[in-house]
Amino acid sequence: MIDEPFAQGSTFFHKRDSRVKLVGAAAISIVLALCSSFLVAVSGCIITGILLFLSKPDPALLLRRLIQVNFFSLFIWLTLPFTYGGGDALHVSFLNISLDGIRMAALITLKSNGILFCFLALLATSTTVNLGHALEKLGVPRKLSFLLLFSYRQLFVIHQEYQRLQRAAKLRGFTPKNSMHTYKTYSHLFGMTLVKSWNRAERVHQAMILRGFNGRLIPLSRPQPGRADYYFLFVMLLISLILAGLSFVSFSV
Amino acid sequence: MNSKPPLLELRNLSYSYPGQQDRLLKDIDFTINTEQIGFIGPNGSGKTTLFQIIMGLLQADEGSILLHGEEIKTGKDIFTLRKKLGFLFQNSDDQLFSPTVLEDVAFGPLNHGASPEQAREISISTLEKLGLKGFEDRITHRLSGGEKKLVALATILSMRPEMLLLDEPSNNLDPPTRERLIKILRGQDLAHIIISHDLDFLASTCTRLYTMQDGHLIRCEDKQIHSHEHIHPYGDQPHQHGR
Repeated sequence: MIDEPFAQGSTFFHKRDSRVKLVGAAAISIVLALCSSFLVAVSGCIITGILLFLSKPDPALLLRRLIQVNFFSLFIWLTLPFTYGGGDALHVSFLNISLDGIRMAALITLKSNGILFCFLALLATSTTVNLGHALEKLGVPRKLSFLLLFSYRQLFVIHQEYQRLQRAAKLRGFTPKNSMHTYKTYSHLFGMTLVKSWNRAERVHQAMILRGFNGRLIPLSRPQPGRADYYFLFVMLLISLILAGLSFVSFSV
Repeated sequence: MNSKPPLLELRNLSYSYPGQQDRLLKDIDFTINTEQIGFIGPNGSGKTTLFQIIMGLLQADEGSILLHGEEIKTGKDIFTLRKKLGFLFQNSDDQLFSPTVLEDVAFGPLNHGASPEQAREISISTLEKLGLKGFEDRITHRLSGGEKKLVALATILSMRPEMLLLDEPSNNLDPPTRERLIKILRGQDLAHIIISHDLDFLASTCTRLYTMQDGHLIRCEDKQIHSHEHIHPYGDQPHQHGR
């Protein structure tokens, strides 16, 4: 269920230290998320697009990811222009289309794609495990990085357990309908999955303490950032600074 | 005659589940040194519970556990005991929690103070001994059931235990993997206790059998003379069973 297709590869981006990538991605995406100017959004999109291109993702996979995210943008395009209001408006038969609304929808689309490109180029090229360890080394509370690592490992087990229960229900002739019986069955399925996951968590915890776990995950490899990583970090921070600086340049559409 | 205290000794162990009147385990006395022992008995008779009590996961109501003649009392004692006794779970999915095989096998050694380099070395050699060379970077949840069982065994052997407790190890294994496990267990120079319903498996890996009956652990006779019918050919020729 959980694959990390983008993490397979050996480009410059894949080889960078996960900490450096996390900091770089955070800097760029914060600037992009907070910007309100088209200049920043467009140049951000172009720069992160180049980064993404350099990380050589599988085109088919990439397209699928982009469609998934832009599906949400579609809803924004379907609602914002008609509800945003504002001064300028286009009148098409009985519809009032707000120009500000269109601007807003375009800005949101650009920003979200820019951040997506940035995450795909920088974060998706690391495995979840490396990111978890990197977060811990960056000073994120240990419990949070545990949560990430264990959710990653257990999510699919829980999913499998749910599927097993669902299959059992199906084999006994259960077909979901809009009925009390269906809701009751689903609540039982969810409840059972919860109970089973709880029991499993307990057993996994037992397995851990039997092997001497005392609250500290000791990583097997401790990669140290090399010179290339520091240069890379410098470039990423420089890009974020330039993007942040661009928001002071007046430019209007 | 034998002045050295036994590896593991259980004295008068009793246990009942919270809120239940009947005792599940009654006054269990048991000693193991270097033997290979099998436990059989119906489901729910308390075999797994006994393992959990030995490993300190459950607290016995009465009785004591001695490791090399020393009673297990403090948390530190339990920590030491858990390093010396390796417990293989019934379900390997509960036991493998790290993303990659190498990380999982190295988890125990790292927790017990090995450096990352040492842990890596121990893990690779353990995997090699089990015929799992090249599995280091495999993703644990994508392994087959048999592979998971062997990797789970590796995660325990990498802690260099003195004894193994195996809970239904041959369950759901295909015949080749089952044979492989038998070979591995016979090749180990380790004491072990195996819970199983698979009599052939126990016969190939154990020298002494116990059954669990009404909360008591009862030693089975080594050999019993009985007549039986043969449903395999050449039953009238001298032959051996269960090997």
